[in-house]
Amino acid sequence: MASKVMMPKLSPTMEEGQIARWLKKEGDKVSMGEPLAEIDTDKATMEMQALSNGVLRKILINEGESAPLGQLIAVIGEPNEDISALLSEAPTAKTEPPKPTPAEPPQTPVPAPAPEANGHAKPQAAQTESGRMIVSPLAARMAAEADLDLRSLQGSGPGGRIVKRDIEAAMSQSQKAPQTAGTFPRAVEPLRFQQSAVALASPYRDEPASEIRRTIARRLVTSIGPVPHFFLTSEIEMDRAAEMRRGINALDPDLKISINDIVIKVVAAALVQHPAVNASFQDKFIRYYEHADIGVAVAIEDGLITPVIRSADQKSLSEIASEVRALAERARTRKLKPEEYTGATFSISNLGMFGIDEFTAVINPPEGGILAVGAMAAKPVVRDNEIVVRQVMRVTMSCDHRVIDGATGAKFLQTVKKILENPLYLVV
Amino acid sequence: MPLITMREALNQAIREELARDERVFLMGEEVAEYDGAYKVTKGLLKEFGPKRVIDTPITELGFAGLGVGAAMVGLRPIVEFMTFNFSILATDQIINSAAKMLYMSGGQFNIPIVFRGPGGSAYQVSSQHSQAIESWFAYFPGLKVVMPSTPADAKGLLKSAIRDDDPVIFMEQERMYGNKGEVPDDPDFTIPLGVADIKREGTDVTIVARSLMVPIALKAADKLAEQSVSCEVIDPRTIRPLDIDTIIESVKKTNRVVLAEESHPVCGVNAEISAEIMQRAFDYLDAPVKRVSGVDVPMPYAKNLENLAIPDVERVVAAVREVAYLD
Repeated sequence: MASKVMMPKLSPTMEEGQIARWLKKEGDKVSMGEPLAEIDTDKATMEMQALSNGVLRKILINEGESAPLGQLIAVIGEPNEDISALLSEAPTAKTEPPKPTPAEPPQTPVPAPAPEANGHAKPQAAQTESGRMIVSPLAARMAAEADLDLRSLQGSGPGGRIVKRDIEAAMSQSQKAPQTAGTFPRAVEPLRFQQSAVALASPYRDEPASEIRRTIARRLVTSIGPVPHFFLTSEIEMDRAAEMRRGINALDPDLKISINDIVIKVVAAALVQHPAVNASFQDKFIRYYEHADIGVAVAIEDGLITPVIRSADQKSLSEIASEVRALAERARTRKLKPEEYTGATFSISNLGMFGIDEFTAVINPPEGGILAVGAMAAKPVVRDNEIVVRQVMRVTMSCDHRVIDGATGAKFLQTVKKILENPLYLVV
Repeated sequence: MPLITMREALNQAIREELARDERVFLMGEEVAEYDGAYKVTKGLLKEFGPKRVIDTPITELGFAGLGVGAAMVGLRPIVEFMTFNFSILATDQIINSAAKMLYMSGGQFNIPIVFRGPGGSAYQVSSQHSQAIESWFAYFPGLKVVMPSTPADAKGLLKSAIRDDDPVIFMEQERMYGNKGEVPDDPDFTIPLGVADIKREGTDVTIVARSLMVPIALKAADKLAEQSVSCEVIDPRTIRPLDIDTIIESVKKTNRVVLAEESHPVCGVNAEISAEIMQRAFDYLDAPVKRVSGVDVPMPYAKNLENLAIPDVERVVAAVREVAYLD
């Protein structure tokens, strides 16, 4: 019995896919679960698996061609089976216009939106069935002069025609983008925070993701998985933090403040100082959080869970310590409610108790980053040309490069290090 | 400047030119004793006598030919058609004699003649007496075609037409004779043929309108201004030679154009203007050229249908909004 191979939905926002490569030829045997083709979606190149056994009888969409979701793209059947009935359902392929060579991701903000990465020309209303773009002569000329990629625009004229105002809008947007991309204007907040759907979760404000930010996101995603990670490691002298901990616990042994509690408090304080890190990439916009809701990774019997310390930036060390203990206990007994382990703005994972010196953690989407905390240990370090012994702890921050750039993450980590090395900053 | 009607402005122009140049004379049906069917020639017989202001029989082909002959021997006739509907009978003389004489005589005979009278839609006179036929005449090399929209333009352009050495079709609008406007009384006031006038400056959409459509375009522009759409209204005034440069410059500025006319759309003047815009301003267009024309039917007699056949303010407004992508 012949079966249809349809264009699958490979990303939540995918509307059509482009065949990057067929991994089987017509006539090849295929079995269920075997990779059949690589498909470029709006987000990434994904592997499509065969959902039935047989022979790849017919390829209807060639490499480089696109098809909307659910369109028949191939037929799998027995070698001599009559598949003409299935083939008669096949619409003709939509041929994309030739694509320019994919450009390198822009290193610096440029006024024009960066060219679309290979295979991401989304279907625009401005394209006719034959793939031709509808553009007013004036708009076409303006786009050429401004070096704008018309395929990145949505036409507002009749039938999706790209007209003058669309070009003007794109030009003003791309001019604005670099100004907001560089420094983060904490003092000038253009948008108000709004309440999250999750109870008690940090309010947030959504700012449109600039074209360059979206292009960086799209390109990075295609290189390493859906969330493009990069890692920053810092060695932190913990003597003063440890001393503070001892001092506090000496005041009241019931408090049982841990080093990790201090790390949570410090990270939360640093996040509020670096709102660009307390953020989440949401495809079309970037979500900035008002408060630092810290997810704390807790190992449980057959996995892990990250209960959330809400507004950790506003809580005292003792509050954090008791909350962590309570949540961790409920996590181990699997009594956490969903609102207690979802909606963090940033996470911390500590494997120091396992003697791990340093490690990298995987970001819990849609958070922008996670801090992997290693064991604190006495080590010889050089100070003023002398070898001295210090309590050293290595932390590695994983950043979502779609929202956090290297320097942004580094500055944040610098603040974390500064406060941990001088915890008095917490009270100044 | 005195505020006078289009009718009076035309009368002034003819009077001044009759007085200025004794080679100028006027003939047509009812132009003398009756002071003209629309009173444009009022008082001229009395002032200039029967040799200069001549009543003709109802023979359009005949007196048009007489005029061409008179022009060939050095006179400067003004031939009035009671309406341009009747010029249809005289088209052989206008097109085959007046328009082509200079060319076919190898440059020996200029034909300094003006064929003038009302044209376009009138009030409920039905299909045969209510039509705009400027595109017929504008079609032929050798003719100049003038269509004024204000009393001042009417006077200045008619004086230029009478002084011009080539045959000029001067089309007044029957519904506009009573329109008033300020008109210079300087006898040397003329307006050159072939020069468009920007009746209103604007930035968003160019409306090209002539004759009866000019006041309609201006009213539409007023309405659109309330909707924050800035219209530039251009009156070419002369259909041939056409001041296309002024139109193109405007389109380059506004990127959108509506062409309004009361004549039929097919093979009309605006079809020509549209082609010129495509040719010269294609890269500046943000929307297709939009024409607003008289409906492609013989003019109905019934008042309600007549109203529907002639472009009005609402249709011009709708066309502008369409090319501005507002609807």
